[in-house]
Amino acid sequence: MGRKKGGSPSTTDIDMTPMIDMTFQLITFFMFVMNFSEAEQDDRIQLPSSQLAKPVEGALESPITLQLTNKGTVIYAGELVAVTDVGTYLEREKTVMLDAGKEPNAATVIVRADGRSKTGEVQQIIRMCQEKGFERFALRAQYDEGR
Amino acid sequence: MAKRESSLGDKIAIDMTPMIDVVFQLMSFFMCTLKVVAPEGDFDIRMPLGVAAAAAPDDQQVPPVRVKLSAGPDGGLASIAMNGTAVTDFDELRKRIIGLVGTDTGPNSLAERTEVELDCDYSLKYVNVVRAITAVSGKVQDGQVVELIKKIKFTPPKRG
Repeated sequence: MGRKKGGSPSTTDIDMTPMIDMTFQLITFFMFVMNFSEAEQDDRIQLPSSQLAKPVEGALESPITLQLTNKGTVIYAGELVAVTDVGTYLEREKTVMLDAGKEPNAATVIVRADGRSKTGEVQQIIRMCQEKGFERFALRAQYDEGR
Repeated sequence: MAKRESSLGDKIAIDMTPMIDVVFQLMSFFMCTLKVVAPEGDFDIRMPLGVAAAAAPDDQQVPPVRVKLSAGPDGGLASIAMNGTAVTDFDELRKRIIGLVGTDTGPNSLAERTEVELDCDYSLKYVNVVRAITAVSGKVQDGQVVELIKKIKFTPPKRG
Protein backbone atom coordinates (compact mmCIF):
# COMPACT_ATOMS: atom_id res chain seq x y z
CA MET A 1 0.00 0.00 0.00
CA GLY A 2 2.74 2.36 0.97
CA ARG A 3 4.47 1.61 -2.23
CA LYS A 4 1.47 2.53 -4.32
CA LYS A 5 1.07 5.81 -2.67
CA GLY A 6 4.73 6.63 -3.06
CA GLY A 7 4.68 5.83 -6.76
CA SER A 8 4.70 8.71 -9.18
CA PRO A 9 1.67 9.25 -11.42
CA SER A 10 3.87 9.12 -14.54
CA THR A 11 3.87 6.10 -16.88
CA THR A 12 5.73 3.04 -15.80
CA ASP A 13 8.77 2.02 -17.85
CA ILE A 14 8.49 -1.57 -18.97
CA ASP A 15 11.71 -3.16 -20.12
CA MET A 16 10.91 -4.26 -23.66
CA THR A 17 14.26 -5.90 -24.39
CA PRO A 18 13.40 -9.55 -23.50
CA MET A 19 10.13 -9.41 -25.37
CA ILE A 20 11.73 -8.00 -28.51
CA ASP A 21 14.52 -10.56 -28.27
CA MET A 22 12.04 -13.39 -28.07
CA THR A 23 9.87 -12.03 -30.85
CA PHE A 24 12.83 -11.75 -33.19
CA GLN A 25 13.85 -15.29 -32.35
CA LEU A 26 10.36 -16.45 -33.24
CA ILE A 27 10.37 -14.53 -36.52
CA THR A 28 13.71 -16.03 -37.47
CA PHE A 29 12.40 -19.49 -36.65
CA PHE A 30 9.26 -19.10 -38.74
CA MET A 31 11.24 -17.63 -41.59
CA PHE A 32 13.55 -20.63 -41.69
CA VAL A 33 10.85 -23.25 -41.51
CA MET A 34 8.80 -21.55 -44.19
CA ASN A 35 8.41 -23.81 -47.17
CA PHE A 36 8.38 -22.15 -50.56
CA SER A 37 7.96 -25.30 -52.62
CA GLU A 38 4.51 -26.17 -51.37
CA ALA A 39 2.84 -25.42 -54.70
CA GLU A 40 3.42 -28.92 -55.96
CA GLN A 41 1.81 -30.65 -53.03
CA ASP A 42 -1.82 -31.41 -52.87
CA ASP A 43 -3.96 -32.69 -50.03
CA ARG A 44 -6.03 -34.79 -52.38
CA ILE A 45 -3.10 -37.14 -52.87
CA GLN A 46 -2.26 -39.69 -50.23
CA LEU A 47 1.22 -40.78 -51.13
CA PRO A 48 2.31 -44.30 -50.34
CA SER A 49 5.09 -44.35 -47.79
CA SER A 50 8.49 -45.92 -48.08
CA GLN A 51 11.58 -46.02 -45.93
CA LEU A 52 13.86 -45.97 -48.92
CA ALA A 53 12.54 -43.02 -50.88
CA LYS A 54 15.52 -40.78 -51.45
CA PRO A 55 14.85 -37.43 -49.75
CA VAL A 56 14.46 -34.62 -52.24
CA GLU A 57 17.63 -32.55 -52.20
CA GLY A 58 17.36 -29.16 -53.78
CA ALA A 59 15.34 -28.45 -56.85
CA LEU A 60 15.26 -30.86 -59.75
CA GLU A 61 16.12 -29.62 -63.19
CA SER A 62 12.97 -28.54 -65.08
CA PRO A 63 10.51 -30.55 -63.03
CA ILE A 64 7.07 -31.40 -64.34
CA THR A 65 4.72 -32.54 -61.61
CA LEU A 66 1.87 -34.88 -62.45
CA GLN A 67 -0.35 -35.87 -59.56
CA LEU A 68 -2.64 -38.85 -59.97
CA THR A 69 -5.66 -39.01 -57.69
CA ASN A 70 -7.33 -42.22 -56.61
CA LYS A 71 -10.26 -41.36 -58.87
CA GLY A 72 -8.12 -41.61 -61.97
CA THR A 73 -7.70 -37.92 -62.69
CA VAL A 74 -4.49 -36.02 -62.97
CA ILE A 75 -3.79 -32.75 -61.24
CA TYR A 76 -1.54 -30.78 -63.54
CA ALA A 77 -0.66 -27.20 -62.61
CA GLY A 78 -3.59 -27.06 -60.20
CA GLU A 79 -6.11 -28.25 -62.78
CA LEU A 80 -7.97 -31.54 -62.86
CA VAL A 81 -7.31 -33.32 -66.15
CA ALA A 82 -8.33 -36.75 -67.42
CA VAL A 83 -5.46 -39.23 -67.76
CA THR A 84 -5.98 -39.45 -71.51
CA ASP A 85 -5.66 -35.66 -71.91
CA VAL A 86 -2.27 -35.45 -70.22
CA GLY A 87 -0.61 -35.90 -73.60
CA THR A 88 -1.80 -32.47 -74.78
CA TYR A 89 -0.27 -30.77 -71.76
CA LEU A 90 2.92 -32.75 -72.11
CA GLU A 91 3.17 -31.64 -75.72
CA ARG A 92 3.03 -28.07 -74.46
CA GLU A 93 5.75 -28.78 -71.88
CA LYS A 94 7.86 -30.28 -74.63
CA THR A 95 7.45 -27.20 -76.80
CA VAL A 96 8.45 -25.00 -73.87
CA MET A 97 11.52 -27.15 -73.30
CA LEU A 98 12.52 -27.05 -76.96
CA ASP A 99 12.01 -23.29 -77.09
CA ALA A 100 14.33 -22.95 -74.13
CA GLY A 101 16.93 -24.91 -76.08
CA LYS A 102 16.70 -28.00 -73.94
CA GLU A 103 15.89 -31.56 -74.87
CA PRO A 104 12.83 -33.13 -73.22
CA ASN A 105 15.00 -35.85 -71.70
CA ALA A 106 16.68 -33.26 -69.47
CA ALA A 107 13.42 -32.73 -67.63
CA THR A 108 12.29 -34.83 -64.71
CA VAL A 109 8.67 -35.86 -64.50
CA ILE A 110 7.65 -36.08 -60.86
CA VAL A 111 4.86 -38.58 -60.48
CA ARG A 112 2.92 -38.06 -57.28
CA ALA A 113 0.41 -40.86 -57.44
CA ASP A 114 -2.07 -41.71 -54.74
CA GLY A 115 -1.46 -45.07 -53.08
CA ARG A 116 -4.96 -46.19 -53.98
CA SER A 117 -4.73 -45.31 -57.66
CA LYS A 118 -4.40 -47.95 -60.32
CA THR A 119 -0.90 -48.91 -61.39
CA GLY A 120 -2.11 -49.13 -64.99
CA GLU A 121 -2.93 -45.43 -64.94
CA VAL A 122 0.50 -44.57 -63.57
CA GLN A 123 2.02 -46.64 -66.35
CA GLN A 124 -0.21 -44.94 -68.90
CA ILE A 125 1.06 -41.54 -67.74
CA ILE A 126 4.66 -42.74 -67.89
CA ARG A 127 4.04 -44.11 -71.36
CA MET A 128 2.64 -40.81 -72.58
CA CYS A 129 5.67 -39.00 -71.16
CA GLN A 130 7.98 -41.42 -72.93
CA GLU A 131 6.21 -40.82 -76.21
CA LYS A 132 6.89 -37.11 -75.83
CA GLY A 133 10.56 -37.80 -75.17
CA PHE A 134 10.65 -37.49 -71.40
CA GLU A 135 12.63 -40.27 -69.86
CA ARG A 136 13.52 -39.26 -66.35
CA PHE A 137 10.93 -40.05 -63.74
CA ALA A 138 10.76 -39.58 -60.03
CA LEU A 139 8.13 -41.65 -58.33
CA ARG A 140 7.38 -39.73 -55.21
CA ALA A 141 6.59 -41.39 -51.93
CA GLN A 142 6.21 -40.18 -48.41
CA TYR A 143 9.42 -40.66 -46.53
CA ASP A 144 8.86 -43.02 -43.65
CA GLU A 145 11.39 -42.42 -40.90
CA GLY A 146 11.17 -46.05 -39.90
CA ARG A 147 10.03 -47.83 -36.81
CA MET B 1 25.56 23.46 -30.16
CA ALA B 2 23.41 24.46 -27.29
CA LYS B 3 20.95 21.75 -28.10
CA ARG B 4 23.56 19.07 -28.09
CA GLU B 5 24.91 20.06 -24.76
CA SER B 6 21.53 20.10 -23.15
CA SER B 7 20.68 16.60 -24.31
CA LEU B 8 23.96 15.05 -23.35
CA GLY B 9 23.17 13.46 -20.04
CA ASP B 10 19.56 12.59 -20.79
CA LYS B 11 18.29 9.14 -21.57
CA ILE B 12 16.50 9.19 -24.89
CA ALA B 13 13.21 7.35 -24.83
CA ILE B 14 12.62 5.65 -28.16
CA ASP B 15 9.03 4.97 -29.02
CA MET B 16 8.93 1.23 -29.49
CA THR B 17 5.31 1.00 -30.54
CA PRO B 18 5.70 1.05 -34.37
CA MET B 19 8.54 -1.43 -34.28
CA ILE B 20 6.64 -3.84 -32.10
CA ASP B 21 3.62 -3.46 -34.35
CA VAL B 22 5.61 -4.37 -37.41
CA VAL B 23 7.38 -7.21 -35.67
CA PHE B 24 4.11 -8.73 -34.54
CA GLN B 25 2.66 -8.36 -38.01
CA LEU B 26 5.62 -10.21 -39.43
CA MET B 27 5.36 -12.88 -36.81
CA SER B 28 1.69 -13.49 -37.43
CA PHE B 29 2.34 -13.61 -41.19
CA PHE B 30 5.00 -16.28 -40.85
CA MET B 31 2.91 -18.20 -38.35
CA CYS B 32 -0.12 -18.23 -40.64
CA THR B 33 1.79 -19.23 -43.75
CA LEU B 34 3.52 -22.05 -41.94
CA LYS B 35 2.50 -25.36 -43.43
CA VAL B 36 3.75 -28.51 -41.86
CA VAL B 37 4.58 -30.92 -44.63
CA ALA B 38 5.57 -34.53 -44.33
CA PRO B 39 9.02 -35.20 -45.77
CA GLU B 40 8.91 -36.76 -49.20
CA GLY B 41 11.32 -38.81 -51.18
CA ASP B 42 11.81 -39.97 -54.74
CA PHE B 43 12.52 -43.18 -56.55
CA ASP B 44 14.47 -42.17 -59.61
CA ILE B 45 13.66 -44.12 -62.70
CA ARG B 46 15.24 -43.62 -66.07
CA MET B 47 13.12 -45.24 -68.67
CA PRO B 48 13.56 -44.16 -72.29
CA LEU B 49 11.12 -45.51 -74.83
CA GLY B 50 12.25 -48.47 -76.83
CA VAL B 51 15.91 -48.36 -75.87
CA ALA B 52 15.76 -51.61 -73.92
CA ALA B 53 14.84 -53.56 -76.99
CA ALA B 54 17.37 -51.80 -79.20
CA ALA B 55 20.31 -52.16 -76.83
CA ALA B 56 22.82 -54.65 -78.13
CA PRO B 57 23.50 -57.50 -75.74
CA ASP B 58 27.01 -57.49 -74.34
CA ASP B 59 28.95 -59.39 -71.71
CA GLN B 60 28.10 -56.88 -69.02
CA GLN B 61 24.41 -57.30 -69.60
CA VAL B 62 22.60 -59.31 -66.96
CA PRO B 63 19.13 -60.60 -67.79
CA PRO B 64 16.53 -58.50 -65.99
CA VAL B 65 14.75 -59.82 -62.94
CA ARG B 66 11.09 -60.01 -63.75
CA VAL B 67 8.77 -59.28 -60.87
CA LYS B 68 5.14 -59.97 -61.55
CA LEU B 69 2.55 -58.37 -59.29
CA SER B 70 -0.96 -59.72 -59.76
CA ALA B 71 -4.03 -57.88 -58.56
CA GLY B 72 -7.06 -59.31 -56.82
CA PRO B 73 -10.60 -58.28 -57.74
CA ASP B 74 -10.47 -55.16 -55.51
CA GLY B 75 -7.05 -54.04 -56.70
CA GLY B 76 -5.29 -55.58 -53.72
CA LEU B 77 -2.20 -57.66 -54.12
CA ALA B 78 -3.04 -61.26 -54.98
CA SER B 79 0.37 -62.75 -55.71
CA ILE B 80 4.00 -61.89 -56.32
CA ALA B 81 6.25 -63.84 -58.60
CA MET B 82 9.94 -63.38 -59.31
CA ASN B 83 11.25 -64.83 -62.54
CA GLY B 84 8.23 -67.11 -62.68
CA THR B 85 8.44 -68.50 -59.15
CA ALA B 86 5.91 -67.45 -56.54
CA VAL B 87 7.06 -65.32 -53.63
CA THR B 88 5.00 -65.06 -50.46
CA ASP B 89 5.60 -61.42 -49.49
CA PHE B 90 7.86 -58.44 -50.05
CA ASP B 91 10.34 -59.48 -47.34
CA GLU B 92 10.69 -62.79 -49.10
CA LEU B 93 11.17 -60.93 -52.39
CA ARG B 94 13.95 -58.84 -50.84
CA LYS B 95 15.65 -62.00 -49.55
CA ARG B 96 15.47 -63.55 -53.01
CA ILE B 97 16.95 -60.41 -54.54
CA ILE B 98 19.80 -60.44 -52.01
CA GLY B 99 20.30 -64.14 -52.74
CA LEU B 100 20.53 -63.31 -56.43
CA VAL B 101 22.77 -60.24 -56.48
CA GLY B 102 24.43 -60.38 -53.07
CA THR B 103 25.00 -57.35 -50.89
CA ASP B 104 27.98 -55.96 -52.77
CA THR B 105 26.74 -52.77 -54.35
CA GLY B 106 30.02 -51.24 -55.39
CA PRO B 107 30.81 -49.99 -58.89
CA ASN B 108 30.24 -52.57 -61.59
CA SER B 109 28.85 -55.04 -59.06
CA LEU B 110 26.13 -57.48 -59.97
CA ALA B 111 23.57 -55.42 -58.07
CA GLU B 112 24.48 -52.33 -60.04
CA ARG B 113 24.17 -54.04 -63.40
CA THR B 114 20.99 -55.95 -62.68
CA GLU B 115 17.71 -54.47 -63.72
CA VAL B 116 14.29 -55.19 -62.30
CA GLU B 117 11.33 -55.22 -64.62
CA LEU B 118 8.00 -54.75 -62.91
CA ASP B 119 5.06 -56.39 -64.58
CA CYS B 120 1.91 -55.19 -62.83
CA ASP B 121 -1.76 -55.75 -63.43
CA TYR B 122 -3.68 -52.68 -64.57
CA SER B 123 -6.00 -52.49 -61.58
CA LEU B 124 -3.31 -53.11 -58.95
CA LYS B 125 -3.20 -50.42 -56.29
CA TYR B 126 -0.13 -48.24 -56.71
CA VAL B 127 0.90 -48.61 -53.07
CA ASN B 128 1.92 -52.21 -53.84
CA VAL B 129 4.24 -51.02 -56.59
CA VAL B 130 5.98 -48.67 -54.19
CA ARG B 131 6.33 -51.55 -51.73
CA ALA B 132 7.82 -53.74 -54.44
CA ILE B 133 10.26 -50.99 -55.47
CA THR B 134 11.19 -50.54 -51.82
CA ALA B 135 11.81 -54.28 -51.49
CA VAL B 136 14.09 -54.53 -54.51
CA SER B 137 15.91 -51.23 -54.17
CA GLY B 138 17.34 -51.73 -50.73
CA LYS B 139 16.90 -52.49 -47.10
CA VAL B 140 17.34 -50.69 -43.82
CA GLN B 141 19.87 -52.32 -41.59
CA ASP B 142 20.63 -50.82 -38.16
CA GLY B 143 19.30 -47.50 -39.35
CA GLN B 144 21.57 -47.53 -42.42
CA VAL B 145 20.20 -47.89 -45.92
CA VAL B 146 21.81 -50.69 -47.89
CA GLU B 147 21.12 -50.19 -51.57
CA LEU B 148 20.40 -53.14 -53.81
CA ILE B 149 19.06 -52.73 -57.32
CA LYS B 150 18.66 -49.19 -58.58
CA LYS B 151 17.62 -49.83 -62.16
CA ILE B 152 13.90 -50.30 -62.29
CA LYS B 153 11.61 -50.32 -65.28
CA PHE B 154 8.04 -51.19 -66.05
CA THR B 155 6.62 -53.40 -68.71
CA PRO B 156 4.31 -51.56 -71.12
CA PRO B 157 0.86 -50.97 -69.61
CA LYS B 158 -1.84 -53.49 -70.31
CA ARG B 159 -5.48 -52.69 -70.58
CA GLY B 160 -7.60 -55.12 -68.64
